[in-house]
Amino acid sequence: MSLLHTIETGLRSLLGHRLRSVLTTLGILFGVAAVISVVGIGQASSDSVTARISSLGTNLLTITPGSTVSGGVFGGGGTANTLTMSDVAGLIDHQNAPDVAAVAPVSQGRESLVSTSSNWSTTVSGSTADWLVANSRDIGTGSFITASDVSSQAHVIVLGATTASNLGASVGDLITVKQIPFQVIGILASAGSQGFGNQDDLAVVPITTAQGELVGGVGSVQRILLSSTSQATLGSAYIEANQVLLQTHHITNATQADYSITSSTQVLSTAQAVTQTLTILLASVAAISLLVGGIGVMNIMLVSVTERTGEIGLRKALGATPGDLFRQFVIEAGVLTAVGGLLGVGTGLAAGYIVPRTANIAVTITPLPVLIAVAVAVAVGLIFGVYPALRAARLAPIEALRAQ
Amino acid sequence: MIQQGGAPGSGSARPAAPRGDFPLQTGADHLIRLESITKIYGSGDAAVVALDDFSLDVEAGELLAVMGPSGSGKSTLMNILGCLDTPTSGRYWFGGEDVSRLNETQLAHVRNRRIGFVFQQFQLLPRLSAWRNVELPLLYRGEHDRRALALHALDQVGLSNRVDHRPTQLSGGQQQRVAIARALVTDPDLILADEPTGNLDSVASRDVLAILRDLNQQGRTIVIITHDPEVAPVAQRTVVMRDGRLVHGVAA
Ligand SMILES: Nc1ncnc2c1ncn2[C@@H]1O[C@H](COP(=O)(O)OP(=O)(O)O)[C@@H](O)[C@H]1O
Ligand SMILES: [Mg+2]
Repeated sequence: MSLLHTIETGLRSLLGHRLRSVLTTLGILFGVAAVISVVGIGQASSDSVTARISSLGTNLLTITPGSTVSGGVFGGGGTANTLTMSDVAGLIDHQNAPDVAAVAPVSQGRESLVSTSSNWSTTVSGSTADWLVANSRDIGTGSFITASDVSSQAHVIVLGATTASNLGASVGDLITVKQIPFQVIGILASAGSQGFGNQDDLAVVPITTAQGELVGGVGSVQRILLSSTSQATLGSAYIEANQVLLQTHHITNATQADYSITSSTQVLSTAQAVTQTLTILLASVAAISLLVGGIGVMNIMLVSVTERTGEIGLRKALGATPGDLFRQFVIEAGVLTAVGGLLGVGTGLAAGYIVPRTANIAVTITPLPVLIAVAVAVAVGLIFGVYPALRAARLAPIEALRAQ
Repeated sequence: MIQQGGAPGSGSARPAAPRGDFPLQTGADHLIRLESITKIYGSGDAAVVALDDFSLDVEAGELLAVMGPSGSGKSTLMNILGCLDTPTSGRYWFGGEDVSRLNETQLAHVRNRRIGFVFQQFQLLPRLSAWRNVELPLLYRGEHDRRALALHALDQVGLSNRVDHRPTQLSGGQQQRVAIARALVTDPDLILADEPTGNLDSVASRDVLAILRDLNQQGRTIVIITHDPEVAPVAQRTVVMRDGRLVHGVAA
């Protein structure tokens, strides 16, 4: 029998069992749609993490207390704050660390900011003038914190663009934090990147003010941001910073260091690895649903073979070869999965369009996962179609005829 | 179809093909030659000998009726004649070719090109129209003029006005005529009918038998397996089976 007629015969029989065909197709449809949207969400979050971290610049080092990265963040978790302002002074010294361009200590906490018109809660970081350089940010209007603001423990504050607009504050206004009045001296240029967490929602005050009146911990800092003079000197800046800290902390064995230094590229690759693992995990779950859909196809094809035993016997009596019947049933399974796969692509793309607009979850759909999902769906259908098709092909014509 | 179907009564009595009367190595003189066919179902204690050292010849152009009580091996004979099953031992010559050792695919080709089947249960596909049913065997041989051939075959059984009807829209007799058209459409060397009137009332039975007789008179070789005593007068030769053997063969 020609391929065309085999396909025609297969289609006729699928159309003859419309409801069953539709239900079988649904299994594949949702499997493919799940793979596409899950990989799309994973891709989007990986993109946003990458964008956010690389916006920090590739010549950034972060020093945190304790030997793990997590200890220093927000100063929590019972890790002793081993970083001090004298560490900062040592790192700034060009004699000790010629390849370090900027050193910005950070002590931060979540505070409520109150303006004349509204209030807004955000992360307030105490830092120095170097904060701008170390974070590769720019001032939009007004000016940034100066060295004299730091030494005088001035009550001045620089706001992120989102924070400023939420507070309805502009340069020169007074706002209060913990009932202490601060003068807004500058508003940062927007960082423009949308991730989970908005880089334009923050505030910066002189580190001395933060230590003395907001976050606490006079003299100690939660972490220190360093930037090297260029990307090429990142390695030597790392070595210099390590040397300075070992000396100021009186540590002789480098493995006993009570701080850790991470580079932004390290953080980037770690974060990418994490999102990748997560994406693979979720995609595997979605792939299992595709597999379940494939088993559904096999199930239906087996039912179909059993139900059509008489028809198979008749076709054999009329001259259908085992090969003819094998092809017919494999094609039926293939058509079911191909249709399910294509509808699944449609559903996945629709989800990729609708989800970001309704659930505020970013989805980035790239062609490769779509192609792979469809290819896997069709392969699943053909593989799971083979067994029922073999059963059909091997039926003895007299047994099959007798079944009627 | 060299030999025109003889008029009733002209056929001479042919004894049930005693072995040795024919050249042993070929069945070329006959359309069909069964040589010591044995068919055993199952094995050991459960073994059933359905055909027991069974020999039979069928001439081209003959209309042969095979009768016998239930369980005597008629359907088994039909399956082997129709290349639907292979014998346990013995040889089956079809048109001079030994088909008893062919594989499944080769047997499928023999069925498709040389044999037309008519079953007791009609065996029409319910979702297909009459002409689509008749067309089926042509699909398995890559024929191009399928619709024209199917319509011609339906015309031969007097169903030109029912080509687009589905089986459920046809009477039993009409359904069996569609099945005969399907058996005819490939212009086979042999038409095998297993109890073709078994599910029909007497009027429809006479119709179907008349069509089979007409086809035979046009030169078709037909083997009818039947219980129906009405068939015997139509046939040129009737053989009777019992316990997987021929008990006798008589002229009609
Ligand atoms: N597939 C089978 N398996 C086992 N025994 C069978 C099978 N088909 C037929 N038989 C046995 O073979 C014998 C002949 O059966 P069959 O050819 O159907 O006779 P008939 O058609 O004359 O009634 C019977 O005893 C039957 O029970
Ligand atoms: Mg029988």
